[in-house]
Amino acid sequence: MTGHGASFLDTLTPDPWLALVLKAAVVLGFFLVAPLGVGYAEHKVLAHMQARLGPMEAGRFHGWAQLIADGVKFVQKEDVVPRAADRWVFSLAPAVVLVPYIATVVVIPFGHTLFAEDLDLGIFFVMAMSSVSVIGVLMAGWASANKFSLIGALRAAAQLIAYELPLVLAAAAVVMEAGTLSLIGITEAQEGHWFVLTQPVGFFIFLVASLAELTRPPFDMPIADSEIIFGAYTEYTGLKFAFFLLAEYGGIVVLSAIASVLYLGGFRPLPGLGAIPEPLWMAAKVGALAFFIIWLRATYPRLREDQLQRFSWLALIPLALLQIVVVGVVKVAV
Amino acid sequence: MASVGTQPRSEGNGTGLGLLKGLGVTLKTMLRPAVTQQYPHVKPKLPPRTRGVIALKQENCTVCYKCARECPDWCIYIDAHKETHEPASGGRARSVKVLDRFAIDYALCMYCGICVEVCPFDALFWSPEFEYAVHDIQELTHEKEKLEEWTYTVLPPPELEEGAEPTGGEEG
Repeated sequence: MTGHGASFLDTLTPDPWLALVLKAAVVLGFFLVAPLGVGYAEHKVLAHMQARLGPMEAGRFHGWAQLIADGVKFVQKEDVVPRAADRWVFSLAPAVVLVPYIATVVVIPFGHTLFAEDLDLGIFFVMAMSSVSVIGVLMAGWASANKFSLIGALRAAAQLIAYELPLVLAAAAVVMEAGTLSLIGITEAQEGHWFVLTQPVGFFIFLVASLAELTRPPFDMPIADSEIIFGAYTEYTGLKFAFFLLAEYGGIVVLSAIASVLYLGGFRPLPGLGAIPEPLWMAAKVGALAFFIIWLRATYPRLREDQLQRFSWLALIPLALLQIVVVGVVKVAV
Repeated sequence: MASVGTQPRSEGNGTGLGLLKGLGVTLKTMLRPAVTQQYPHVKPKLPPRTRGVIALKQENCTVCYKCARECPDWCIYIDAHKETHEPASGGRARSVKVLDRFAIDYALCMYCGICVEVCPFDALFWSPEFEYAVHDIQELTHEKEKLEEWTYTVLPPPELEEGAEPTGGEEG
């Protein structure tokens, strides 16, 4: 814990163990609810961008309960494990994909005291955690005993490694400017101006790399349905499959939140609009970024695998390195 | 093998302007109302001459069998008998044909509309009604009572176009 003040959950109870349980419950609750919001938004936004209406029946009012209905359906489905599959690895993979994203929620601040834990190495923790999930995808692809799964998993691995670098480099430039790894610290360092003003290139790099990390269109080669069915998730059914979907939408929430903390001032309000409470600002920024991610999916076709690799190694990484150099020079000179 | 990067480049490539244009298109579409029709809740607005189902006005039918004979897949069933009436004023008895059964098997009908075309006395009409799905294929054979009901859903023909020649009541 750093000097930025305690989490609101610590002030509720003097018992640290009870506080721990509370934190776990809040984080898990947030992770189970927020992705539903993003998922519903994706249904609706995508539909309207294609001049359709999207779900309209479930829950009577504009299909608000569609994802809950989907969840119920997934629970009812038969849990199929292919005979040739590596049963244990196959069953463990969804958890390995999902848990790192839940873990990253722990450090995301929604207000000065509205967070579960303020780690000194906040952003480092986030980056480390978000790269764990690639192991889960590899496990899923390998254990499925299916060629499409394996191709998808290897594509995912290649993609996540290629885009992890620009993601981390862009974040490193922000850390250099803020002078701290803590997400609260980074947010507070944006008191004068948001970092998107000083590092617009970094923001662009971070967003693009996030899209690729999430394997969202236009970077969805690992699950390219017209080529390899559903990539590493092809053999999954029922709840396990639902977990992968939850990880995708949870990932959108988490990476939008990290991007808004790093570049958009996190929970800091715009000057003159301080009357609106901090959590709403954070939610609005996360929502705007999530909308942007959905917007891109509706607009762009999938890139080819070689274009994807070329874009990362020849465009994003040099740009990110340049960003670091510039920030370093400015930091020393000023 | 086509090597990467040597493909012909389209106009404006490399500026990134096309990417922004694409975003504009999707955003504009989102802000426009959707084209979806909420069918079971809202009935569709069909053109008046929609070819939904074939209706029969029994009064006009003279049992000439033209429709049944022209029908390409023989889906029209007609039964009739002959009645003779003694005229009140005396003289020779007049015979009339009376329609007993007129049924169309919509499981066979291919909605070609030849029967409607060929009917010389305007007994068959196209109705815009289309909600007559049933659970059993046998029930798709609709009898004359049902066919008669559908005549009430036939809409008046749309106005003639400007400068079009009116056909008149009889054939010209």
